[in-house]
Amino acid sequence: MVMQLIKKIRGCITLILAVLMFAPLIAHADYSWNFPKPATPMALDTLQVHNKFMIIVMVIFVVVLGIMIYSIVMHRKSKNHPAGTFTGPTTRSQIIWTLVPFVILLYIDFILMGIPAYHSVVAMEDTKTGAEMVIKITGSQWRWQYEYMDGDAKGISFVSNLITPQDQIDNKATKNKEYLLEVDNPLVLPTGKKVRVLLTSTDVIHNWWVPAFGAARDAVPGFLRETWLKIDEPGTFRGQCKELCGKGHGFMPAVVVAKNEDDFKQWAVAKKQEIAAAGAGADKTWTQAELIANGKAVYEKNCVACHQVTGMGLPPTFPALAGSKIATGPIFDADGKLIKDGHLDRVFNGKGVMPAWKSILNDTEIASVITYERNSFGNHVGDMLQPAQVKALR
Amino acid sequence: MSYGAATHHDDHQEHPTGIMRWLTTTNHKDIGTMYLTFSLTMFMIGGAMIMAVRAELFQPGLQLMRPEFYNQLIGVHALIMIFAALMPAATGFANWMLPLQIGAPDMALPRLNNWGFWLLPPAAILLTLPFTLALFGIGDGAIATGWTFYAPLSVQGGIGVDFAIFAVHILGISSVMGSINIIVTIFNMRAPGMTMMKLPLFAWGWLITAFLLIATIPVLAGAVTMLLTDRHFGTHFFDAAGGGDPIMFQHLFWFFGHPEVYILLLPVWGFIPQILSTFARKPIYGYKAQVYSLCLIGILSVVVWAHHFFTAGMPVPALLYFMYSTMAISLPLAVLFYCWIATIWKGSMTFETPMLFAVGWIILFGIGGLTGLVLADVAADAQYHHTYFVVAHFHYTLFAGGIMGIMAGVYYWLPKMTGHMYNERLGKVHFWLTAISFNLTFIPQFFLGLAGMPRRIPDYALQFAEFNMISSIAAFALGLAQVLFVYNIITCVRGGKKATDKVWEGSNGLEWTLPSPPPYHTFNEQPVIK
Repeated sequence: MVMQLIKKIRGCITLILAVLMFAPLIAHADYSWNFPKPATPMALDTLQVHNKFMIIVMVIFVVVLGIMIYSIVMHRKSKNHPAGTFTGPTTRSQIIWTLVPFVILLYIDFILMGIPAYHSVVAMEDTKTGAEMVIKITGSQWRWQYEYMDGDAKGISFVSNLITPQDQIDNKATKNKEYLLEVDNPLVLPTGKKVRVLLTSTDVIHNWWVPAFGAARDAVPGFLRETWLKIDEPGTFRGQCKELCGKGHGFMPAVVVAKNEDDFKQWAVAKKQEIAAAGAGADKTWTQAELIANGKAVYEKNCVACHQVTGMGLPPTFPALAGSKIATGPIFDADGKLIKDGHLDRVFNGKGVMPAWKSILNDTEIASVITYERNSFGNHVGDMLQPAQVKALR
Repeated sequence: MSYGAATHHDDHQEHPTGIMRWLTTTNHKDIGTMYLTFSLTMFMIGGAMIMAVRAELFQPGLQLMRPEFYNQLIGVHALIMIFAALMPAATGFANWMLPLQIGAPDMALPRLNNWGFWLLPPAAILLTLPFTLALFGIGDGAIATGWTFYAPLSVQGGIGVDFAIFAVHILGISSVMGSINIIVTIFNMRAPGMTMMKLPLFAWGWLITAFLLIATIPVLAGAVTMLLTDRHFGTHFFDAAGGGDPIMFQHLFWFFGHPEVYILLLPVWGFIPQILSTFARKPIYGYKAQVYSLCLIGILSVVVWAHHFFTAGMPVPALLYFMYSTMAISLPLAVLFYCWIATIWKGSMTFETPMLFAVGWIILFGIGGLTGLVLADVAADAQYHHTYFVVAHFHYTLFAGGIMGIMAGVYYWLPKMTGHMYNERLGKVHFWLTAISFNLTFIPQFFLGLAGMPRRIPDYALQFAEFNMISSIAAFALGLAQVLFVYNIITCVRGGKKATDKVWEGSNGLEWTLPSPPPYHTFNEQPVIK
C-alpha cells in the first residue's frame, strides 16, 4: 500500500516538475542568461572578466564531476569492486598527481584570474584621470537627487521619483512595460564623456546601480564615495537601488538617458529654463485653492511613501499628519519669525527620518505642500503659505 | 524512587523523569537530543517564513504583504536559519557524538552544557516575539534590516532591532559556552591512546569552530552593543555627524560574519569524510592533509572579511588584499575536495541515504565554492554584489553545504541514537526531492542576479517574472519535501527495525562499538586506543 502510494507520488512529482520546467519556457521567451548588454567600457570589462571566470569554473566543475561520476558508476559494491586501502599518495607518480591540481588552481587563482582582476580593479577605481564632468548623486529614502557640478549643465539639480502608480503595484491595474523602473526625471548624461560620479546619502546607505554600466557604489551618509561612467551610445538605461534601505528599497529606480553632445547641450538649456520658470512662481500671489491643488501633486510624489495617502502615516516611525500638532500648529511666531520645530521648519530642515526638503523642493512646491497638509486629512487650519514667504526665509 | 537505577544497571544515581529530566539534565545525550529537536523545529519555522516570501515573489506586484513585513521576514528567516537551525544542529551532534567518538563518559562541563542549551529557546522567542507584539499594536514588528543589522538603517528601526540585539547577545553567550565545553572536552577527556592526530575529523572540525566562535562572537556582541547605544544613549559610533562611520559597523559585523560561514561548515566538513569512508568501505584519504587544511581555513577565515562589502568603497590596496586573500581560501578547500573524492575513489560503494546526501553535498557545495571564487573578483563583484547571484551562491554553501550536510549526519547517526532504522525508501525519496527542487529553486536565481535583480526587494520588474515563478514553485516543493524528513525522523524515534551496534557495514570508530542506542551513561570503563 505504502509502496504504491510512494510510487504514485513519485510519478506525480516527476510529471509536475517536467511541466514546470518547460511550461514557462514555451509561454515566454523573456529570459536573460547573462549580464545586460554593456554600455560602458567598465561594463564591457566586467562582462569579459565574468565570462572568462565562468568558463574556468565550469570546466573545473565538469572535470571534477566527471571524475566523481566515473567513480560512482564503477566503484560500487554491486559491481563487486574491491575496496582499496590506501590513505594517501605513496608512489612518486601519485604524489605528482596530487600536486598537479594544486598547481593548476594556484595558476588559475593568481595568474589566469588574478592578473586581469588586478587591471580591472585599477581601472574601476581610477575615477579622476581624463574625467570631463562631475555629477553628484544623493540617495534619500526613497528617491535619488542629481546635481550637475560643472560644464554645460552646471547648477541643474533635480529629484528623480518612481512614477509607477500604486494601483499597478497593488495589482489593480495592468502593469506598464517599465513597471518599477520608470521615473519622472531621469538623469541625463552626454555620451562619450568620462563622467566622475560622486555619491552620498542623507539617511541610510543606498547603492546607485545601473546594470548596463557595470559600476555599483554605496551612497554612504556623511561620506562621499565615487565611481565613473563613460556611456558609448545614446539610449535609456534602467537600474535600481541595491542596498536594503527600508520599506521603499524596491521602489527606488535609477534611470539614465544618454544623449549625444549636441542633444545634451539643448537639454541643459531647456532644463535650466524649466527650473527658472518653476522658480518664478514664487513671485506671484497664489489662491488657497491653487496652492492646495498643486500641493496635492507634490505630496503624492514626495510624501505618500511615509505619510500615506490618508495622512495617517505609519507610526511610530512615520508619524501621522492628520491631527498632528506640527501640521496644525503655527508656522510663524508673533514677530513673523520661523518657529523652531514648526511645520515649515520641519519641512525645511527635516528631523530624524524626515529628510530636509529645503534644497530638494522649490519655493512653490514647499508652500503648496504645506498649505495642502494644513487643509487635508481632516485638518482645517484654514491658513495658507505663500511661495514668496518661503523664498524670503531661504 | 530508584526507578532509573533499577532498569539501567549502569546508572549510578537516579535522575528525574518527565519534564524535569529535560530541564535539569546534564547528560550529553539528552542535551544533544534537545539541541537537535530545537534545531529541527526552528528549521521548519524559518522555512515557513521563506515560503511566505516566495509566495509574495511568485508574481510581480504586492499580493500578500506590505514591504515592511517582507523585510522583517527575510531578516528573521536568516537569523533563525543561521543561529537557531544550523548552529544548534552542529552543537547537537557535538554533544551526542564527541564523547562517544573520543571515548569520554560525558562532556567536560555538564552544567554549563545544560545552561548553554536553555539559553536558546528564550533567544528564539525574542527574535519572533515582535511579530506577535505588532499584532497587539506594540511596536512595528521584528527587525527589518536583513540579518546584517547594517547601520544607520538599524539605528532607524523599531523595537524589533532591540529584541534582535538582545537575542544575539544570548545566542552568543550560548555559543561561547558550548565552545568552551567542546574545547575542554577534546583537550582533556580523550581516551588513553587517542592522540590529537588520531582524533576523528569531526572533533577536529568542531575544535576549530569552537576557537573561531570564541574569537569572533565578542566582536559581534561589541558591534551590536555599540548599535544599541547609538539607538538609545546618544552615542555616534555609526553616525558621521557625530564623528562615526557607518562602514565601521560593516567591518565589525563581517569580522564575525565571515568566520561564521566556516563556523557553520567546519563541523560538517568534519563528519562528511567519516560518512564517505563508511559507505565506500575504505579508510579516509589524506587525514593529515585534511586536518592541516581545516586549520588553515580557520586562520584564513578571519582575515578576509571585507570581501562582503567591496562596493562600500575602499582604497585599491585594500581591495586587492581582500580579493587575493579570499582567492587563497580556495587552495586548502581544494585539498579537502581532493581528499573527499579520493576517499570514495576505488571504494566499494553503496548508496544508502546518508551516502546520497554526502555525495550530493560534495557536488552542490562545489557549486557554492566555485561561485564564491568568482565573487572574490572585485571587478565582477561590483555587478554580482547584493543581487540574487549572491543569494543563490550562499544558499549553495549554506543550504547544500550546511543543511544537506547536517541531513547526511542525521540519517547516518539516527539509527545509533534511536536504536531503530529509519525508512530507507522514504529517506531516498527525501534526498531526490530535496536535491532536485533545491537546484530548481536556486539555479534560476543565478540568472536573475546576472540579469540585474537586486536582493531584498519585495516587488520586481516584469523582466524577472518567469524565473521568479519557477524559483517559487520549486521552493514550495523543497519546503514540502522537508515534511517527509520530519515524518521519517518521528517514525524512526518511535519504532522500526532494530539497528545493530555497528549499523553500517563499513562503519568504524568508537561510537559504533557501543550498543544502539548507547546506554544513558557510556564508557564507565575508558576504552584504550592502540
